[in-house]
Amino acid sequence: MSTSIRDAASIVGIGETDYWKVGRATTGEFELACTAVMRAVEDAGLELSDVDGLCTYTSERSAPIALAPALGLNDLRFVNLYPGGGNAAGGVVHNAALAVAVGAATTIVCYRSLCQGQFQRFGRARAGSGLSAQPMTTSIGGPQAFTAPFGLMSPAQMYALDARRHMHEFGTTSAQFGAVAVTAYANAQRNPRAVMYGRPLTLEQHQESRLIADPYRLFDCCQESDGACAVVVTSSDRAAGLRHPRVLITAGAQGLAAGDGIERQSRPAELWTSAGMMSIARQLYNEAGIGPEDIDVAQVYENFTGQVIMALEDFGFCARGEGGPFVESGAIDWPNGTLPINTSGGNLAEAYIHGLSLVIEAVRQLRGTSTSQVEGAAHCLVVSGPSAPPSSALVLSRG
Amino acid sequence: MAESPYFPDGMPVPLPDQLTADFWEGCAARELRIQRCASCGTHRHVPAPICRACQSFEYTWDVSNGTGRIFSYIVVHHSVHPATDAIVPYNVSVIELDDCGGVLVTSNVVDCSNDDLYVGMPVRVVWEQVDDSLSLYRFTRAGG
Repeated sequence: MSTSIRDAASIVGIGETDYWKVGRATTGEFELACTAVMRAVEDAGLELSDVDGLCTYTSERSAPIALAPALGLNDLRFVNLYPGGGNAAGGVVHNAALAVAVGAATTIVCYRSLCQGQFQRFGRARAGSGLSAQPMTTSIGGPQAFTAPFGLMSPAQMYALDARRHMHEFGTTSAQFGAVAVTAYANAQRNPRAVMYGRPLTLEQHQESRLIADPYRLFDCCQESDGACAVVVTSSDRAAGLRHPRVLITAGAQGLAAGDGIERQSRPAELWTSAGMMSIARQLYNEAGIGPEDIDVAQVYENFTGQVIMALEDFGFCARGEGGPFVESGAIDWPNGTLPINTSGGNLAEAYIHGLSLVIEAVRQLRGTSTSQVEGAAHCLVVSGPSAPPSSALVLSRG
Repeated sequence: MAESPYFPDGMPVPLPDQLTADFWEGCAARELRIQRCASCGTHRHVPAPICRACQSFEYTWDVSNGTGRIFSYIVVHHSVHPATDAIVPYNVSVIELDDCGGVLVTSNVVDCSNDDLYVGMPVRVVWEQVDDSLSLYRFTRAGG
């Protein structure tokens, strides 16, 4: 038997710091984490003393055991980490919703802070993953022994291998990857918070940008940013009396497709040309009781542009292999596309805070306060970490 | 045998462990060894302690004949490691072996212009002596 938590919990507060290009934050990462949490609680019209749960990522350096005492929080009843980085954004909110729905806690803050330049040299190969990652040394064990000695050392390189397969099987083009980037930058031009505000991007500029790992060019890769953000989750009953219109967590889904995992070269062939999220999409739509045709706007995590195209296929907005033509058709553009995506500018052009900023933009769409507002938006899809298992996703709805 | 090293000194080299020592010893003997489940016969690469198909912990090693086709490839232009700074662009190619259940092996295609690579290109293994104790498998274009 399964118990639905459809619409049982809501997002009632959002908090962000300023966003900067990586290395430009003028304050430390931990201070930014505290600030984002405080702003989210204030936005909800609640007090820090109301908080009885924290959810974040395993890769979060401002761990709950540091953050809770620093903020003087009361007893916490629920403390939870979702494994990974950008794949976790939907998962942390989903876990918070599950906890609230069963009464494990009443007021849970989900947060993420990221100032990678304060802790490691930007853009160099790392051994291991998450908080244990170290600069790559002369000998390397574990699964990376089968990739690093051959020069496969960065996410852009690994994900470009999948993009190449998609191009080979379906005829997807670099210009179609570029359509995803151009859309994100166009949306960022209406969003003063965006790091790339004032810096529009044309398809020609995308096509002339330098190759990082062919087929991926510079503008196919997410930026790296400094900043922090947070959201407050509580029960939908309680949410109805708070400051802002509640945003319902209609459904959440998380998981790992059969055969998917850290050993990318061992994955089944079909996972090389998908985001690995077909089962998550099925679960999500079942829980929500709606389908892709009901989604008004989507925030789709851009680690890389090709993975966005694969995610749009997994979530049923177009047929398998048709993602390239779909994004090129204008379908994802604001305001006239059938499915505007990444309306804040997303990871590519607003900020890269491991996807929690995309949850915040979804909340804005459903409050009616986005700078690229989709008129009458009732349902917003959030996709976290395509091809970066364990991935996750949410359907949020206007309360 | 590859005529010259594909990467300069300073590239990370594999650190064998209990699970992978047989594989790397195979490389020293210029054998591309692929794990095969002793119970159900399913091949797997990279080495794992257990068969994903039948959960047996028992395995043996097959020696691949080293022929295959490019399953996917990239050409790295932006170096992320000091050892590759001076030699970009280089390719990383994932090879689908003809034998051993068609497992995928990450490597490089050498003695071939990056512009000539394509998915499906037939290749065969060549061995590169990296240092006194280490040989690494690369691939080169095969006839046909």
